Amino acid sequence: MKDAASTTVVRSETVSEEITRIPLGFPNPRAWWLLFAFALLLLATFIISVAVLFFYGVGVWGNNIPVNWGLAIANYIWFLGIGHAGTLISAMLLLVRAHWRSSLNRFAEAMTLFAVICAGLYPILHLGRPWYFYWMAPYPNTMDIWPQFKSPLAWDFVAVLTYLTVSALFWYIGIVPDLAAVRDRASKRWQQVFYGLFALGWRGSAHHWARWRQSYRLTAAIAVPLVVSVHSEVSLLFAAGPIPGWASTVFPPYFVLGAAFSGFAVVAMIAVVLRHALGLEDLVSERHLDLLGKFLLATGLMTAYGYFAEAFDVLYSGEKQEMDTLFDRFSGAYAWSYWGAIVGNFVPLQLLWWRRVRVQPILLFLIALAVAVGMWLERYMLLVTSLYRDWLVSSWGIYHASFWEWSLFAGMLGVFLVPFLLFVRFLPVISSFEVVETLFEEDRHA
Amino acid sequence: MREPTPRTTVFGIMAEFDRPERLVEGARRAREAGFEQLDAYSPFPVEGLSKELGFRDRRVSWLTLAGGILGMTLGFWMQVYTNEDYSILIGGRPLLAVPAFMLITFELMVLFAVLFSIGGMLALNRLPRLHHPVFDVKAFDLAHTDRFFLMILASDRSFDRDETKAFLADLHPVGVHTVEHTEEPE
Repeated sequence: MKDAASTTVVRSETVSEEITRIPLGFPNPRAWWLLFAFALLLLATFIISVAVLFFYGVGVWGNNIPVNWGLAIANYIWFLGIGHAGTLISAMLLLVRAHWRSSLNRFAEAMTLFAVICAGLYPILHLGRPWYFYWMAPYPNTMDIWPQFKSPLAWDFVAVLTYLTVSALFWYIGIVPDLAAVRDRASKRWQQVFYGLFALGWRGSAHHWARWRQSYRLTAAIAVPLVVSVHSEVSLLFAAGPIPGWASTVFPPYFVLGAAFSGFAVVAMIAVVLRHALGLEDLVSERHLDLLGKFLLATGLMTAYGYFAEAFDVLYSGEKQEMDTLFDRFSGAYAWSYWGAIVGNFVPLQLLWWRRVRVQPILLFLIALAVAVGMWLERYMLLVTSLYRDWLVSSWGIYHASFWEWSLFAGMLGVFLVPFLLFVRFLPVISSFEVVETLFEEDRHA
Repeated sequence: MREPTPRTTVFGIMAEFDRPERLVEGARRAREAGFEQLDAYSPFPVEGLSKELGFRDRRVSWLTLAGGILGMTLGFWMQVYTNEDYSILIGGRPLLAVPAFMLITFELMVLFAVLFSIGGMLALNRLPRLHHPVFDVKAFDLAHTDRFFLMILASDRSFDRDETKAFLADLHPVGVHTVEHTEEPE
């Protein structure tokens, strides 16, 4: 017993040092700079694309009537969906006391935060007059009018802003105790000041911990239904419209599950890269890869059920227009996006039934990548195939994304990567105090 | 927990332990000995510690609830008010469409609940507070997982510099430190 106890102390000390030393003396600066330079290049692409967009207007994009939501909105949903996994992983697993969460939650939440920022930029950029985006907010104005709160577009504004605020706060109060640990370990003056400021003077007081815990757990409990509400609301941007292929009651759960699916895929990709690049194999262990693989498989199968339910819904209803859209998805001009989504999302996924595949980092990464691409294709398919052929033949029209839409997409990946890489470089990527807490708890129960 | 006034030169006496169980045990014994103005510091939340210190504060939870109710009310009222103030009647549908108002009502409930919860937690903890007398103790450090501190504040009724120190030394700590009063209290 005595031996077990001292092993825990030694082990916890190693864990704490392993995590908190990364921001103070980064282990792999060359690889980081290479990636960061690439991310900056993408960010430059973003700035140029936005400058062109603002100078010439949305006409530089390929979307027009009838397909007035092009890549911008497909990407908006894709980024927001990815964002949901961070909150789900973190909040849901906290509430069910799954201790293995603490190896994943911090970077998954950071991913959420930056993905939501990318998502939030898209609806603003796709406006004809983006400088008036604040018209979505209810404020007393000289025009004496208010936003139309019965519209899903107004819901969207409130939902995304709420989600951004809540996920940022949840992430921040979760990181404060670790910032204090980094502060106390820092030897350079600027590090002490930087981490000291952001740690808010955290001193680990038992009274503080008790209130922190109440607040953290309550926020987690609220965050889970928030995720469900936000992506349900996003689905209503579609489902509330009288467009064939959109007006379906299956959309809210279908979207929420698809969001979790794509998000878990990206969490798995980040986990594989981070553990390798930062040498965190003992913290993000095979067990975590295994569990992520299982989550991916489970949410993937649920999403597959969504595909099935959607098609069944249409066939069972027998509505001519709905059926035309469904069959057009199978064999029309955009059939590649439908079959691409099916193949990318569900074919490699089946390999995850085997544990050997789940714990193999490279395979897990590739499967997750296929899912991320597949889910992107799904959003594209849902958007374009419904809009390009709606009720009237006279209003049919083909959509092709223009160069500036693609460049903005590439640039948006930079908007995601730059802050994420800064996070990896300067902040504790794993929740050190929670891993340590778990070690001591296991020791107590042993 | 009440902090000592600036008249005292000592803020408190602190015992350092190397295991969380010893800290909990120390806190229990200090309470049994009649000390009331106690605080403990640990690099991670220690189970059962706040209970031993007599922590009964549920205000964060109540604030969260209050924030939720406020946000919900505000969100619903905002939609009713704006629709009454600038009515757009479409297809004979009701002006005040409760189902359509529910999403924003829910989102604002969540937003206010979380803002109140986290804001309340920080305010009740008196954070941010970048400096505190404990930071002047050399051994004080949250980066190491074998340092747990129990402090008896100078504001305690039975606080006596030497006796308290002797009492803490009796708990078999790794070390006993005097926390100097280096700043004005809040």
